[in-house]
Amino acid sequence: MHSLSNRRGWGFWLQLGFTLLVCALLTVPMAMSMLAGLTANYFVGLKSGLTLHWVDEVLRVYSGTILLSLQIAFACLACTLVLGVPAAYALARRPGRIARLVEEMLMMPVAIPGLATALALIVTYGGVGDLRSSWLFILIGHVLFTLPFMVRAVLAVMGSIDLTTLEEGAASLGAGFLRRFATVVLPNCRSGILAGSLMVLTLSVGEFNLTWLLHTPLTKTLPVGLADSYASLRIEIGSAYTLVFFLMIVPSLILMQGLFRRGRPSV
Amino acid sequence: MPDSVMQNSFHLDAVPIRLERCGKTFAGGARALEPLDLTIRGGETIVFLGPSGCGKTTTLRIIAGLESPDPDGRVLFGEEDVTALPIERRNVGMVFQSYALFPNMTVAENVAYGLKVRKIARADRGRRVEEMLDLMHLGEFAGRRIDQLSGGQRQRVALARALVVRPRVLLLDEPLTALDAKLRDSLRLEIDRLLRGLGITAVYVTHDQGEAMALGDRIVVMAKGRVAQVGTPREIYYQPADGFVADFIGTMNRLGGLSRGGTLSIGSATLPWSGPEGAVELLVRPEDLALAGEADGHLGGTVAAAVFLGDRTRLVVEPADGPALTVDAAGRSELGRGDRVWLRVDPARVLAVP
Ligand SMILES: Nc1ncnc2c1ncn2[C@@H]1O[C@H](COP(=O)(O)OP(=O)(O)O)[C@@H](O)[C@H]1O
Ligand SMILES: [Mg+2]
Repeated sequence: MHSLSNRRGWGFWLQLGFTLLVCALLTVPMAMSMLAGLTANYFVGLKSGLTLHWVDEVLRVYSGTILLSLQIAFACLACTLVLGVPAAYALARRPGRIARLVEEMLMMPVAIPGLATALALIVTYGGVGDLRSSWLFILIGHVLFTLPFMVRAVLAVMGSIDLTTLEEGAASLGAGFLRRFATVVLPNCRSGILAGSLMVLTLSVGEFNLTWLLHTPLTKTLPVGLADSYASLRIEIGSAYTLVFFLMIVPSLILMQGLFRRGRPSV
Repeated sequence: MPDSVMQNSFHLDAVPIRLERCGKTFAGGARALEPLDLTIRGGETIVFLGPSGCGKTTTLRIIAGLESPDPDGRVLFGEEDVTALPIERRNVGMVFQSYALFPNMTVAENVAYGLKVRKIARADRGRRVEEMLDLMHLGEFAGRRIDQLSGGQRQRVALARALVVRPRVLLLDEPLTALDAKLRDSLRLEIDRLLRGLGITAVYVTHDQGEAMALGDRIVVMAKGRVAQVGTPREIYYQPADGFVADFIGTMNRLGGLSRGGTLSIGSATLPWSGPEGAVELLVRPEDLALAGEADGHLGGTVAAAVFLGDRTRLVVEPADGPALTVDAAGRSELGRGDRVWLRVDPARVLAVP
């Protein structure tokens, strides 16, 4: 092993260089934008000094959108878990042609533009009670949009383990359906549920296409607020907003990762 | 109960199993199993043997409660009709070819699972798990995760997990098939010892006739969804019910003969005969054919292949007409390809299929 690492050819350095370049292409604009949010005056540049003034302003003015985004994201996660995990399980356990067709149709939300889905929602449910002006309207859109991602992530893991035999093993030991589901199915699909949850959270927090059509002035989410501020306010505010967005999403992702890592059932 | 009597106390009930008209037609109309009647005695180890796809697993799953028989069929454990009970209410132990151990639990947690389901108190549970792990020589692996075990160890955990709940019957579906040959032999001996020791009614499915002969009190030979023969290993081997069973178990030679008026003509020889008359097909085991000299041999042929097996040499002999015959030359035989040999047939050990 050791001697191998000493003989790195030009191919290795080429690959490393390319990888770093791609990383830089992705991260430099992000870093620049966030830096802009900390700069006292963007047009003067860094020599104008660093400040938390803009971040402070964003938190003061836009804390409502941040909280609503989080509220919708976690509600959306709860809905997709409750709906998506059993749906994935049903698809995984059913061998028939219809199940395979449904699986294929799970690709649909990627193919249909969010704007189209939003319009369809407004046309269909826009007139139902106070729904149009409620944050629940946005939630419905987000659940519709993210559910397939949850189902696919869980389904992928369920397809890779022999779930049927595991369950038959548990059943032979006397476990009824609910116990099997809780003690055998769910724990062994943890990685898929985790992947799906992270996906749903990030997609929901960052969702713009649907939300832009579904929102009202009173139900503005973070990305919609972000777009507004970029369009109408100083670029420093928009950039500070991006920074807040980033700081918000990263800890929640790390937290979720931690939650799923710990804790196994004991004897 | 005190620990000192553990060896004896861990003796399980010997519940007989009765299958009545248990057939199975899968959705789509495929008939996997013709209606089957079978009584498995309490404490007996019965082996379902047959080629792949003959319905062994289906039968086992009907006994387990993982499949239900076609409407007319019934499954009885002792006097209790369990046909309508799902597997989780039948109290059976099941061992799968693919182990079916829970990857999210340790060895001890796997074994404890059934006891937890039965709400056995924690202290009692711990003691029983420990006893069971010791019985299966798994004590040192209690805290390991399943993916840290070898195939043989996994299957021993699966056995421990199935037995610790003291099931009414133990069902094993090709438990050794996924293991390599050496491990298969040692685990087969262990399973044999265990089944004898526990006195539990066991149903064992395999396609390996060696396993079937070694483990079974009785063997059910199956072919294409039907029972071809039920009998002890000796009965199956020496008195196969038909050509299929004869060919499936061990090696069987076939020779053509003609019987007339109490004599049987094979090749150039005429032997006394009490079997059926006319042209018959004769089935002979290799060990019932003997090498002889030209003077007392019944049938001449040429050695087409010779395989040295140490204690004996297995010869494939091609007679003047008819299919090749397999015969064993005992001891230090120098016979090889191309040699001319003569064979004797013992008419008392020949089976005739008209
Ligand atoms: N769930 C099922 N659906 C349809 N056909 C099945 C099913 N399970 C088994 N079969 C068919 O039933 C026959 C017997 O299968 P099986 O009992 O598994 O055979 P064995 O265990 O002897 O190899 C096979 O032809 C198999 O294809
Ligand atoms: Mg099988």
